[in-house]
Amino acid sequence: MTRFVLGRTLLLVVGLLLASVLIFGTLRLLPGDVAQVIAGTEGTASQVAGLREQLGLDRPLPVQYLDWLGGLLRGDLGASLVTGTPVAGEVLDKLAVTLPLAGLSLVVGLVVGVPLGVVSALRHRRPSGVAVSAVSQFVAAVPAVWMGMLLIAVLAVGLGLLPTQGFPIDGWAEPGRAFRSLVLPALTIGLVEGAVLLRFTRSAAIGALREDHVVAGAARGQTLARSLVRHGLPGVLLSVVSVLGLQIAGLLVGAVLVEQLFALPGVGRMLVADVGRRDLTKVQGELLALTGLVLVVGFVVDVVHRALDPRLRERTP
Amino acid sequence: MTVLREVLRRPQGAFGAGWLLLVAVAAVVSRWWTPQDPFRVDPYSAWQGPSPEHLFGTDAIGRDVASYVMAATGTTVLVAVASAAVALLLGVALGALGALTARWVRETVVVLVDVLVAFPTILVAMALAAVFGGSLGVVVVAVGIGYGVAIARVSRSELRRVATTDYVLAARASGLGTAAVLRRHVLPNAAPVLVVQVSLAMATSILAEAGLSYLGYGAPASVASWGRLLSDLQPFVGTHPWTVAWPGLAITLTVLAFNLLGDALRDAGDPRLRTRRRATRRSPAAPTGRTAP
Repeated sequence: MTRFVLGRTLLLVVGLLLASVLIFGTLRLLPGDVAQVIAGTEGTASQVAGLREQLGLDRPLPVQYLDWLGGLLRGDLGASLVTGTPVAGEVLDKLAVTLPLAGLSLVVGLVVGVPLGVVSALRHRRPSGVAVSAVSQFVAAVPAVWMGMLLIAVLAVGLGLLPTQGFPIDGWAEPGRAFRSLVLPALTIGLVEGAVLLRFTRSAAIGALREDHVVAGAARGQTLARSLVRHGLPGVLLSVVSVLGLQIAGLLVGAVLVEQLFALPGVGRMLVADVGRRDLTKVQGELLALTGLVLVVGFVVDVVHRALDPRLRERTP
Repeated sequence: MTVLREVLRRPQGAFGAGWLLLVAVAAVVSRWWTPQDPFRVDPYSAWQGPSPEHLFGTDAIGRDVASYVMAATGTTVLVAVASAAVALLLGVALGALGALTARWVRETVVVLVDVLVAFPTILVAMALAAVFGGSLGVVVVAVGIGYGVAIARVSRSELRRVATTDYVLAARASGLGTAAVLRRHVLPNAAPVLVVQVSLAMATSILAEAGLSYLGYGAPASVASWGRLLSDLQPFVGTHPWTVAWPGLAITLTVLAFNLLGDALRDAGDPRLRTRRRATRRSPAAPTGRTAP
């Protein structure tokens, strides 16, 4: 276990470093000169040169990179090129929307996906199970944006149950109101990701139905469903956990689209706006925050999976 | 040809192949003909219901939705084919590096791929869009890189498996170079696995194109795109949900078709499933979900 965690930590560090190099490289090395971009097409050559010096862009790239990396380690992501405000603070502010949204979506996805996946596996030869599977196959292909619009049309406009868009301007000051604004976006991401989780759960559970210990339980007189839940479910849940890292990455990224659709003030929406404004330092910080989050979540899920699965425990060689 | 027959014999495969054929035909035909001009603005006939003249009705500025949806198939097909081509090239190149080269190169590539596979495609696209501005090219490159790494991961183990078979050993022993071995023996034998991945890469690229065009960083305004139509129609979703359904359905069915075709191709390529009596001990294959767009 220790060896696994150490190796995996090394991989995480390599991943984070690689992410920082790639993000920095993409936003600096490619032809779009930051100073030229800020100065705009009408900027004179001397203005551009002045800006370049002001931003430290005249230094060699490795020096700029190490400078940025150094700031990063101190929690300093630089200042916005447009407004001049520190990027790290803004990203943290926006995470107060994005993280709860991702968490809530995950809950929706698990609550929808896992039980229905088990049920559809138990009934995989009957029409009802086939129907659930077909619907999940369809929903997994629905673009998040359309799913969100459908939910708005039905639950917000049609039934008037929930707000269509937006987030309270005072944030989480009134938790109830803030929560209500997150319900539709979380349902949007959660239903689509839940459909994917359902398919994973279903195929794992169908496999479990043929495993000896589940068959043995049924042979002792338990119903197949009971035997699956008692003896097969731990294994099924483990294989769900093993794909969860990828799914959570999907949630965080789905947030980019869904925050835009529901006008939520999260990191994703800020990223979309900053890309439009070409605020490259901010984009750099936001991309690193999101990618870092995905990598860290992947790390945590892998370690948890390893710790939970007795089959993966180290055997003495 | 057996594979094709096997694919079409399965309902999923038949639906997938059929729908995609329809999309491909629509894409070609729409280059020269659509029922109406998809970009003609006619405010006097805004929000008309479905009629023989406007099959799917019209939108807020009186554009014919059916024509626009049809014209957008061209964009979809172009992006799907181009992204899959980039992804396949990159994936096989990385996969071959990770499977067939000296040990230290192999292991470096494996670690690199393991790390890169966690990078979400849409973030790659946003980084590129920040530098170059949004375009379909950005979508293609981002999906190509994002899915290419995923293909590298899958193809590496398959290439490695094929590369260690006796017939490859025999070919090497008879003096064939690495490139020739790859071309003549390894790739053809790894092709069934790669074809499945190509189908799934196309599904991903369609979702990515729709998402990025929705955000305004994909197709430009002069190019018809399902994602862009979704974003144009968003303000009216409460009053005209049925109009929004057309682009939404078009995206969903096409993505679904690629997913189902991918499943059918995998099953068809699996000899254990090819017999009449479905194999009893079918190992649960990982279902095709979607990777983060």
